[in-house]
Amino acid sequence: MTEKTEAMTRERVTGRPRLLIPQTAGFVYCPGCHEPLVARAIAEALEEMGMGDETIGVFDIGCNSFLLGMLDIDSVLTPHGRPPDMATAIKHVYPDNIVFTVQGDGGLLAIGADPLLGVLTRAEKITIMMLNNAVYGTTGGQMAPTSLVGQKTTTTPEGRDAIKSGFPIHAAEMIATFKGTAYSARGAVNNPYNYERTREYIKVAFGKQMSKAGFSFIEILVACPPNWHLSPIDSLKWMEEKMIPEFPLGEFKNVDKIE
Amino acid sequence: MGERMFIEGNEAIARGATVADCQAFFGYPITPQNEITQWFAREFPKMGRIFVQTQSELGSINMLYGAAATGIRAMTSSSSPGWSLMQETMSDMANAELPCVVIDVQRGGPGGGPIRHAQQDYFQCTRGGGHGDYRNIVLAPASAQECCDLTQLAFYLADKYRNPVVVISDAIIGRLRETIEVKKIDFGPMPDKDWAVTGKGRHKDGKRRVVEHAGDLFARYPSYQALLLNLDQKIKRMQESELRYEGYKTEDAELILVAYGYTARVSKEAVNMARTEGIKAGLIRLITAWPFPYEVLRQKASQGSRFLAVEDSLGQLVDDVRVAVESHTEVGLVNILDRHMPTDGGMILPDKILAKIEVMK
Repeated sequence: MTEKTEAMTRERVTGRPRLLIPQTAGFVYCPGCHEPLVARAIAEALEEMGMGDETIGVFDIGCNSFLLGMLDIDSVLTPHGRPPDMATAIKHVYPDNIVFTVQGDGGLLAIGADPLLGVLTRAEKITIMMLNNAVYGTTGGQMAPTSLVGQKTTTTPEGRDAIKSGFPIHAAEMIATFKGTAYSARGAVNNPYNYERTREYIKVAFGKQMSKAGFSFIEILVACPPNWHLSPIDSLKWMEEKMIPEFPLGEFKNVDKIE
Repeated sequence: MGERMFIEGNEAIARGATVADCQAFFGYPITPQNEITQWFAREFPKMGRIFVQTQSELGSINMLYGAAATGIRAMTSSSSPGWSLMQETMSDMANAELPCVVIDVQRGGPGGGPIRHAQQDYFQCTRGGGHGDYRNIVLAPASAQECCDLTQLAFYLADKYRNPVVVISDAIIGRLRETIEVKKIDFGPMPDKDWAVTGKGRHKDGKRRVVEHAGDLFARYPSYQALLLNLDQKIKRMQESELRYEGYKTEDAELILVAYGYTARVSKEAVNMARTEGIKAGLIRLITAWPFPYEVLRQKASQGSRFLAVEDSLGQLVDDVRVAVESHTEVGLVNILDRHMPTDGGMILPDKILAKIEVMK
């Protein structure tokens, strides 16, 4: 089957969310990358909620920025690590819109830790989606705040040594401890069940904005086969055997009112 | 008729922004600009406008990026170290072509420096400040009245060129209390901001808008070269159209002082003292620190005038004066080492300038 007919077959079977922009100029993501699935989950969630016209997406520097080209919504690209600041301002200007960010693990937990703590402190009514692939993907697979102990990266060639460079951050659990957080969950898109569940998490998180409940957060585990030095199939295995045991899936906080 | 009030420069900036329809202010505490942030914190919520105390100056400038992306008029203010922190995003906003206003109430440096007055951010403000090729219009008030009026002008120019505009003040101008008239200046209607990100539902054509600072990634311009060409043309348009300065007794002047901000007021006093001694001195006071009046100085130099830069730094403005006169004539300097006392409370006073004028006459 040619690539074109395969895409057409897929579209006939599953449909294409109207908010998902067809990638006519070629696909930018690596084979086996999970990030395009996140774009689809966001598009489906917004469409089911009927909020596509009322949503503003804020995207960071990194592979996630390509989502900006895939989602047919008003969007802003920010300097590296700063989406929570942008989203804060936009939400204050348009409090009835859904305002979300998409960021990598490095973009949120390393360079972006300052604006993250800012929105948590002020209980901003925005949604942050963090794509956790345990490496810096765009720049060539360096150690990220979420890299597993023992994981070989280009800046931990012998594997991450916990004594020398610490332990992976569990963002969803950490963010759930803040009083201003209304919702915190961790999902994955490595199989249809997890994909469906993650899409529901996204809808719940956006719902927290519509009810003005508080801050909402979703961490989404995604595979990065080139930087994991694994095939797309073996990456799925690594996801099940290494990533999910370290970063368990589920909801860590879900309240209707912050106090 | 505007409202007359006896206020300091920092508050005048806030009042100017308010009558210019600034809808959002983002600020982080830093001396000597705290009066601005506190004024907005107190007054803006009452008006239904936006105030956010940020977690850092990085937060301030990036919230400003977000607010400007929605098309509203928005502002932040800081002082020298905080202004340094903002530079990456200043560069990004120049690329993204976002109109906004940033206030720098200068204090001493380098580093943490003293928290009192100085004029050491001239290069950083007039050369862009961040990475890459870009320029910002830099407005330099020398009175509380100008703090109010030039802040209004800053919003207008930011919208006109879709570019950040900087207001460079200092701790003396910021804390100087004077009687001013707060009056809305009419620059005509605000331009339509069809490019702004508001949610697709608010656009007449129903098509998405994207604000980004990458240029080549999402085809805002057909090529990187096209992006640079647009920036270059914008810089030239600003240079051609937005030069502002005040000439004081320059007609027959044989020695022309060049200064901005608080040292310009001191220089004016020194010119008056020199004139009573029969010395033909004059002053060119920069109202725009960028664009700089190169051509004006060059002409005066060709007519035989000599120049004396007066600035409360080791010497930054003086470089522009030297560039303008192309070594055809003598350029003197009164700088931060000429303060009346060596502590951080020292100021450049008229008698030190007069002494230099007498040497150069």
